[in-house]
This record gives sequence, C-alpha cells and structure tokens, in this order.
Amino acid sequence: MILGYAGKFLEVNLSTGKIKEVGFEDEVLKDYVGGRGLATKILWDRLGRKWEAIDPLGPDNILLFLTGPLTGYFPGGRICVSGKSPQSNGVVGSTVGGEFGVELRCAGYDGIIVTGEAEKPVYLFVKDSDVEIRDASHLWGKDAKQTVKILTKECRELLKKRFPKYGEWKEPAMLYIGPAGENKVRTAVVAAKWTHAAGYGGYGAVMGSRKLKAVAVKGTGPLPEAADLKKVKRLIKVVNDNAYESELWRRWGTGAGGYECGAKTSSEPVRNWQDEWHDERSFGVDQFENRVWIKQFWSDFGCPTCCLKIAMVKTGKFKGAITDNPDYEMQAYLGPNLGIFTPEENVFLATIIDDLGLCGIQTGNVLGFAAELFQRGILTKKDLDGIEPKWGDADAFTALAKKITFREGIGNLLAEGTYRAALNIGKMKKMDVLQYAVQSKGISIGAHGIRSGKDYPEIISYACSVQGGDHTSTTGLPLDSGASELMEIFNDSGVYCNFNSFGIPRNVRFNFYEAVTGLELSREEWCNIKALRILQLQRAMLLLGGPDLKWNPRIHDDNPPRFYKPLLSGPHKGKTTDRAAVKEYKSRYYEAVGWDKNGMPKSETLRKLGLEDVDKALEKLR
Amino acid sequence: MVTKKEPIWIARDLSKCSGCRKCEIACSIFHEKRIWPEASRIRVFMLVPGADFPHFCAQCEDYPCMKACPVNALSISKKTGAVRVKTKVCIACGKCIDACPGRIPHMHPNGRYILFCDLCKGDPKCVKVCQEGGWNVLKKVLRGNRPYKLYARTPEEITRDLAFKMYGEKAEEFL
Repeated sequence: MILGYAGKFLEVNLSTGKIKEVGFEDEVLKDYVGGRGLATKILWDRLGRKWEAIDPLGPDNILLFLTGPLTGYFPGGRICVSGKSPQSNGVVGSTVGGEFGVELRCAGYDGIIVTGEAEKPVYLFVKDSDVEIRDASHLWGKDAKQTVKILTKECRELLKKRFPKYGEWKEPAMLYIGPAGENKVRTAVVAAKWTHAAGYGGYGAVMGSRKLKAVAVKGTGPLPEAADLKKVKRLIKVVNDNAYESELWRRWGTGAGGYECGAKTSSEPVRNWQDEWHDERSFGVDQFENRVWIKQFWSDFGCPTCCLKIAMVKTGKFKGAITDNPDYEMQAYLGPNLGIFTPEENVFLATIIDDLGLCGIQTGNVLGFAAELFQRGILTKKDLDGIEPKWGDADAFTALAKKITFREGIGNLLAEGTYRAALNIGKMKKMDVLQYAVQSKGISIGAHGIRSGKDYPEIISYACSVQGGDHTSTTGLPLDSGASELMEIFNDSGVYCNFNSFGIPRNVRFNFYEAVTGLELSREEWCNIKALRILQLQRAMLLLGGPDLKWNPRIHDDNPPRFYKPLLSGPHKGKTTDRAAVKEYKSRYYEAVGWDKNGMPKSETLRKLGLEDVDKALEKLR
Repeated sequence: MVTKKEPIWIARDLSKCSGCRKCEIACSIFHEKRIWPEASRIRVFMLVPGADFPHFCAQCEDYPCMKACPVNALSISKKTGAVRVKTKVCIACGKCIDACPGRIPHMHPNGRYILFCDLCKGDPKCVKVCQEGGWNVLKKVLRGNRPYKLYARTPEEITRDLAFKMYGEKAEEFL
C-alpha cells in the first residue's frame, strides 16, 4: 500500500442499499493519483464501453467524491466531485473547499463511489467505518442553510446517543444539494458549508437524480500516514509563508476582481459579455470591505490564505441577505454580467443562488443570456412568464432564478443550462441564438475574458480545455507550465486548493507528493506521461459524449461567437480575438498533446500511453 | 514578556477565528506525531457556518474536572497551571466532561483516556500558528488571577453568542 492513502474506498449502491469497501491497485493510484485523475480512470473502466448511452441523470451514471493523497496535508482542503457531467457529457473534476475530504480520510476512506438511485430521498452518514443510508424526506425541499442546520443537529445527536462518553461532538463535514439539485437543474451545485460549491459539471443534478440529498462524514482517526512528516511540515511552512506575504490576496481574496477585472483588465462579463469593461467604483472591493463583509478571513482546513469572506446586508431593501464572499466569479456573474453594480444587490442575488443550490457562474451565465434575448426582443415578457429581466433588476433575476430552480415555465428551459437552452430557444424562435451563448462544450465560461489579452486565459484556453469553460482548468502552451491544464490536473488529482499554490516554486507540489506518498514524481514524468494520459481519457469521453449532445472538435474546439466581436468600450475598445491566431495556436496545441489536425487523439499517442482500448473506442469518430 | 517558567493562560478572542484549524494541525502533530484533528486538544467547532471558534480548556481557578475524577487521574502542573492527565490511570468514564461547565474535555479517539490542553509545557503550538497567521485569536499571557472560568462554556453557548454577534436577529434561523 502506498503511504498517504487510507487504502480503501466506499462503494454505495443506492438502488440496493448495499455498501462495500473497494480498493485500487497501487499502480492505478500511482498513475491516476486521486480526485480528477482517478475519477477519469474509474469512469472509463466502468462506463467507457457504453459511454455514449449513459444518461448523466439516469441510474447508470456513477457519482464520485474523491480525495487525493495531498488532501489535508497541502494547506487548503478540498474534495473532488465527479461523474459523467450533465453539462458536457464528459468528465469534469469539480473541486470544492471545506473539511469533507479531511473528515473522509480521517474516517478511513479515500473516496466514495455512488451507484444506482434511491427510491426516496436519502442521505449518507459516515462515522468512521459505520456507514448508513438514512431517510432524508424531512430534508428534501430545504434550502442550503436549513439543510446544514438540520443535518448538523441530527448527526451530532446521533453521535451523542451512540457515544455518550465521548464528550462534545464537532459537526460532521457535509456535501449537499439545494432544491435546484433535487429538481435536476443542470446548473445545480454540490455544496459545502455556506455555500462553497462544486459548480462546474453540474453534479448537484446528478445527486438529485439519485435522490441523494447529502453526505455527512465524521472521521475520528488521523490522516493516512505520511512518508516523511518532518518534510511535510517544512513544505507546509513554505506554502504558509508564501501566503502570509500576500497581504492583499488574503484580505480581498478574489473579491477585488469585481472592479479590477472590469476597470483594469477589461475581461469581466458585462451584460452577458456584450462588453468586458466597466469603471463602476460603486463595485470596488473597498465597498464590499466596508459595507458587507462581516467576516473577512474565513478558511477551509489548513488554509493560510482565507480568501473566503462572509457578507451580510445590514440595511435597506436587501437587509438580511447572507452569503459567503461573494468571490470574484460571484461578483462578476451576479453583478456586472446582469448589469448590477452594488455590493448589496450582488450579495442579495448570491444569497438567493446559494440558498437554492444553484451555481452562480452557470446560472449567472444563463440569466445573462436570457436578459440579452429579452433586450433584443427575442424573448418577450410573455415568453418569460411575465418577468422582465432588465439589466440591473435584482428582483427580476431572483424571480427567474426561482423559476429555474423549480423548473417552472421558462425556467424549465433555462434549467438546461445556456447551451441546451440556446438550442431549444433557437428552435422555438426559428433563429440562431447560439451567438449569444457564452460557453464552451456545455460549460459556461468563467468570468475571465480573452479579448483584451490582459487577463490570464489565452485565446485557446477555453476552446481546447477538456473541461470546457472551466476557468480553473484553462489550457495552453507550454505544456509543462502553468498555462496548460496539466498542472491543474495535478491540483485536482492531489485534491488541494490551487490558490495556495500561486507563487510557490513550481516543484513544491511534487515535493509535497513525494513527502506524503514516498514516491518520486518529477514534473517531466507528470506532464509527459501521467497527466497527459488523464487528459487523453477526459478528451476521449468528452468527444464520445451523448446521449443528448456530442461535440465535434472541428466545430466546438472554438470560442463562443461573442469572443470574436470587438470590445465596445474602455481602454481596449475594438480589440477582439484573431481567428487566424486561434487556428494557429490550436494546431500547435494539438500537436503538443498528440491530437490529429481534427483534434482527435492520435492512435500512436494513445498507444504510447497504454490506452489501446481508448484508441479502439475512438475509431468510430475518426 | 512571558517566560517559560511562569504559569500561563491562552487569551482568546473567539470572534476572530477564521476556522483554519491550523491549531488542530499543530496540536496533533506535537502530541500525536500525526495530523489528527479529533485527537487535538484544541478543537475548532463550526455548528453555524461563520461562527467558527476554538474550544479548549479554560483552566478554571477551581478545576472542577479534577475534583470530579474518581481515580485521581487529573492533576495541575505547577509550572504551567495546565490540567495533566495520567493516561494510564484514566478510566475514560467521562465524569470530568460532565463536571466541566463548558463540557470541554473529550475522549481520545482511541477511547482509552481523556484529553486536556496541556499548554505544551508552556509553549503552546496552537498560539504560535495562530500568531503566524496574524489572526490573533490565541495569545499567550501570564496566568495572574483572573476569572478564566467564564470561558468554560459549551459549544452551543459559544455558538449562540457568536452567531448573534455576527448575524444579529437573523441568527435565530440558523441555531
């Protein structure tokens, strides 16, 4: 057994109620590490042969909650949620911060594999090796905050009853869904705490489809033993010291972005990306700091950065709204993207979105899309069930978000996410509305535009990523640099927070891996073999796709049409994306990762990586 | 300046806690040579999100825990003032938990003995990491003669206070 792993995984079949422990060969863990990498391997092995027929929201999909060997050791604990994505029909390694991964490892498990679907609402309660499927009828329909409240109390009472002499029980860590997930909204999240979210991928809908309201875990053991704890301690200090020096990063988190990405880098979605520039000082980080942040340093396990905040509106119309952050993505997507430029309205909307269990990015994107169609007269007040989503109208967007959550009227259409909604509305209106959909392969694009060239994503970052519009998995060249998604695959497979890896020497993460597992891993080996193999598998499943949609790289390895329109205002007015440059960069990227000119992984690439079966499966697409 | 020789106390400003649990990490590495949150002598509770706080021995002036122990497994360190546990004597009966106004001590997950903060022999590791992080929730001070017993409060009581401080009346909905 490799050090740093608990050595076993829980497998829960919700159809039969059967619970068992499973393991993986050392070789599999060495190659795929954990989290996103291992998810890719599990999904390919178990579902690969029938991938195209698997409905992500049907009983045959597999839902995964996976840690990695660095979870709990590398500062900033996270958990990786995965499965066949109801957004991309591929695999997304969707990670979320919190204590869940740490608790799970302390309970003696590296991950949970959920198959089948329950007949009635359930939640899973794990206390070390005691695992049970419990009734969740009383939780069904509850919003995020009430779910956390009820489940915290219930689990603590259970523990108290079973272990009366233990003393006071801490809260278990939990992952859960809100009403949006229950209603299989494709932009629903898997949430932790209040309300950190695994949003990309749409796995909240997958939980909802199997009537799994929550998973709560209490582990009382130590983290799996590390190979060299002294070295781990030294490395933790390297990460901490680096974070402690970044005062503004700690103080503001990404929350300065709501103003900065507009005013300084012209890369923020404004009114559904019609523009990417604004200079609204009312949306400055100082406004968030002085007016709404009531807790400015909030951390997940072991984190020195505390990019998380808690905001509360204390006066006025939106009094009583409480949400975490909003971080930059929430600020942007539920702010300027909807024509909103005050912290109070932004916090209010983020509260609604969080409480309903929606993804702020994906839902903010689809709300902006609907608002633009309304602005252009394509969708009318009647189409929108009497709602008029005018830019800046927080109440109208709230009404629409509720429609989406409960799949009522127009909400049922928008609940499919921007891409699918665009296809359906296009059919309904007999016109192309995909030109207003800002997404890549079913996944809305994170709030960092490419047109100005001043932000970190590059012109192929979203177009060629195996996780579509995911701004935490953008790609580019060179492959062994932070520009490519191979490094993100490491973060998501080791399963820790990439925010704490900013600014540290780039080999620290590999040193960390070595200190925990006792295994050597060089950047070269990772980039040339292991990460590349995971990338090919993700690419293969993305291209196989189905059942409702498939991606053709010749068409879909591209930016949304909007990114080829000139920026309307600001210092970068007129700038846009050069199609010839995209084509040229894309062909260099294809070459580097071993894909043919049509974007299909080459036989020789796959065979060199030992993926003969993948090669065979892709034959029909070539 | 607090020297190692004088009894100390860990001053605590709970509402500043970020919930990072670095104190649990440092404590368990020092005492258990593992990262082991549940075996940490200081534990961060988060019964209501945002109302995170460290829960650990308040070192009451009259040490009700010690008086409640039926087997004399608890004693007070003259050097630091901390409650010490004779792990081989402790019968894990939990009477000290019931005697503590804050129900602070908890069982070692191995089930064999109770855990108390021992102030790391006068150099508390939790304080060090909390200070490094700049949170200043924990600070080492001279023990002196102050009403420390006030800090022996249950997680529910502390949660309630912090939640109201943060969220005002809205806290009712979360408790």
